[in-house]
Amino acid sequence: MIAPSASLLYGLCGAALIGLGLYGFVVHRRLIRRVLAFNVIGSGIFLLFGASSYRDPAAGADPVPQAMIITGIVVALSATALALALIVAYARLAQSGALPEDAAPGADDEDRP
Amino acid sequence: MTSSALPPALALALILTAPLFGALAAMVTGRRGPAIALATVIATVAGILTLLVIIAGDGAFTLAIGGWEAPLGIQLRADGLAAGFIATTALVMGAILAIAGKPFGSGAQERRSAYTFWPLALLLWGALNAIFLSGDLFNLYVGLELLTLVAVALVGIEGKRETLAAALRYMMFALMGSLLYLLGAALLYAAHGTLDIALLATRVGNAPGDIVAAAAITAGLAAKTALFPFHAWLPPAHSGAPAPASAMLSGLVPKASFYILLRFWFEAAPDIAGTSVLMLLGGLGAFAMIYGSLLALHQDRLKLIIAYSTVAQLGYLFFVFPLAGGESAAQPWAAGAWSGAVFHALSHAMAKASMFLCAGLIIEAIGHDRLPGMKGIVRALPMTVFAFALAAITLMGLPPSGGFTAKYLMMTASFAAGQPFWALMLILAGLLAAAYLYRPLALAFALPDEDAPAPKAVSRARQAAPLVLALAAILLGILSAGPFAFIQIGRPGAAVEGLE
Repeated sequence: MIAPSASLLYGLCGAALIGLGLYGFVVHRRLIRRVLAFNVIGSGIFLLFGASSYRDPAAGADPVPQAMIITGIVVALSATALALALIVAYARLAQSGALPEDAAPGADDEDRP
Repeated sequence: MTSSALPPALALALILTAPLFGALAAMVTGRRGPAIALATVIATVAGILTLLVIIAGDGAFTLAIGGWEAPLGIQLRADGLAAGFIATTALVMGAILAIAGKPFGSGAQERRSAYTFWPLALLLWGALNAIFLSGDLFNLYVGLELLTLVAVALVGIEGKRETLAAALRYMMFALMGSLLYLLGAALLYAAHGTLDIALLATRVGNAPGDIVAAAAITAGLAAKTALFPFHAWLPPAHSGAPAPASAMLSGLVPKASFYILLRFWFEAAPDIAGTSVLMLLGGLGAFAMIYGSLLALHQDRLKLIIAYSTVAQLGYLFFVFPLAGGESAAQPWAAGAWSGAVFHALSHAMAKASMFLCAGLIIEAIGHDRLPGMKGIVRALPMTVFAFALAAITLMGLPPSGGFTAKYLMMTASFAAGQPFWALMLILAGLLAAAYLYRPLALAFALPDEDAPAPKAVSRARQAAPLVLALAAILLGILSAGPFAFIQIGRPGAAVEGLE
């Protein structure tokens, strides 16, 4: 049994992960890092969602969000797989791991896949 | 509320599963894509015709899958709006699949895209049908993700450097959009314990997180609908894909996220729509309209003109929010504005798909889509240019097209609501559309250059596909009374009959 304060802690952790991931998604130009940031945000949302399912200590956790989280993880996995495959295919052709408009001149280490 | 009657359940099952089974079969059998697509079209259309008859006769219905009622179970819901979108999608998909037989068929040279196009196209269709029939925000999320992943794959189907970049750019916007939508859904569930749209309608409005959830969902869906300022991904993605894929991406895919927005703001959460939020959505739509039209004027490639036109046309779908949402929802003009937006979404789906298919045929004939090369193309492709002109009439909103009915309904609502700004924008949109579509049409009818290479011949049968779509968009205007009454079936809130 988790105390309500623990679910609050999980919820705050989830919110912190969303914030961290959002920062990473916005500041990074390399596509792989953006996909990683996407996964961090996703984990944060799942954690927040899971923490929110524990509202009534007497009734225990609501199982519906858990089912939705599992579905969400499958969706995130498929999205990540497709994104990585596209990034690899693109990097082979373009010799760059960033989109053309993001590939800043001079930032060599940022340009490589 | 029927739940166990056989024909409705069977019709929904057919509509939902036939494209998915078709996609699987097309993937397994590899080279038999066109035949499987034909079988899928027949099965799905049979289901859709049954559904249309049921809804027209008995009204809207919901179906609790496996007998599990909401909030625990997931409900499918079929009303006039859903059936209207599903029927339009079937028409557009039918035309696209018919025309795609040549570039992606067994006669095509050995290319990877000949194998991947058919499963992706059918999966896209299955995802669209799932979205149109879902009555649950989480189910909508899964459908939306399936749709997005398939759409991204279709953008990059040719594996060229530019199209892969366009696909990745699209994917970055779409990933962020889905996360925001999921966050909003999670917040709504945490506050209300359900994601069923009908149940949410009775509960949303009093929790502190509701407005945050609504904002997250709206921003996520706006990114997927390419609403200004999230439109940057759309033109390169839609113009880079092969023409049949572009037709699906531009005509159908953004309509799905717009459809969810409609469902969300008008059915799940009508009470939290403040005036400022609705004005913001409408204002962004107006920006999209002006920006997309101006950029369409500057393009030198036919497919880019059509793609920027999509940015503009999607923009004024969003005028529905200030005109029919919030305080306006109870007013007599709301039904007109709402119906106008739906008419616009449906006629744009047909006209835009038709235009991209025309562009594809022109590219087949002259090998590229740069505007100067199109001079005199009307001699080689008379049916295609005719179809393009008819589709242009719908996009400009000239009578008697479906686009005209849409604009007429929205403009009437705009004057009735005392917000003539939107009507002004609609007139401006029509003028700008006329301007950017005039250039390709004028060139098509011009005298060809003496030294221009002769265009390759394209069979009449394949030229007929875009013509059918363009004619359907016109017919939607001529015979607008039937569809108008049909999409009202099962619409919550004020019924039209009660207001007249």
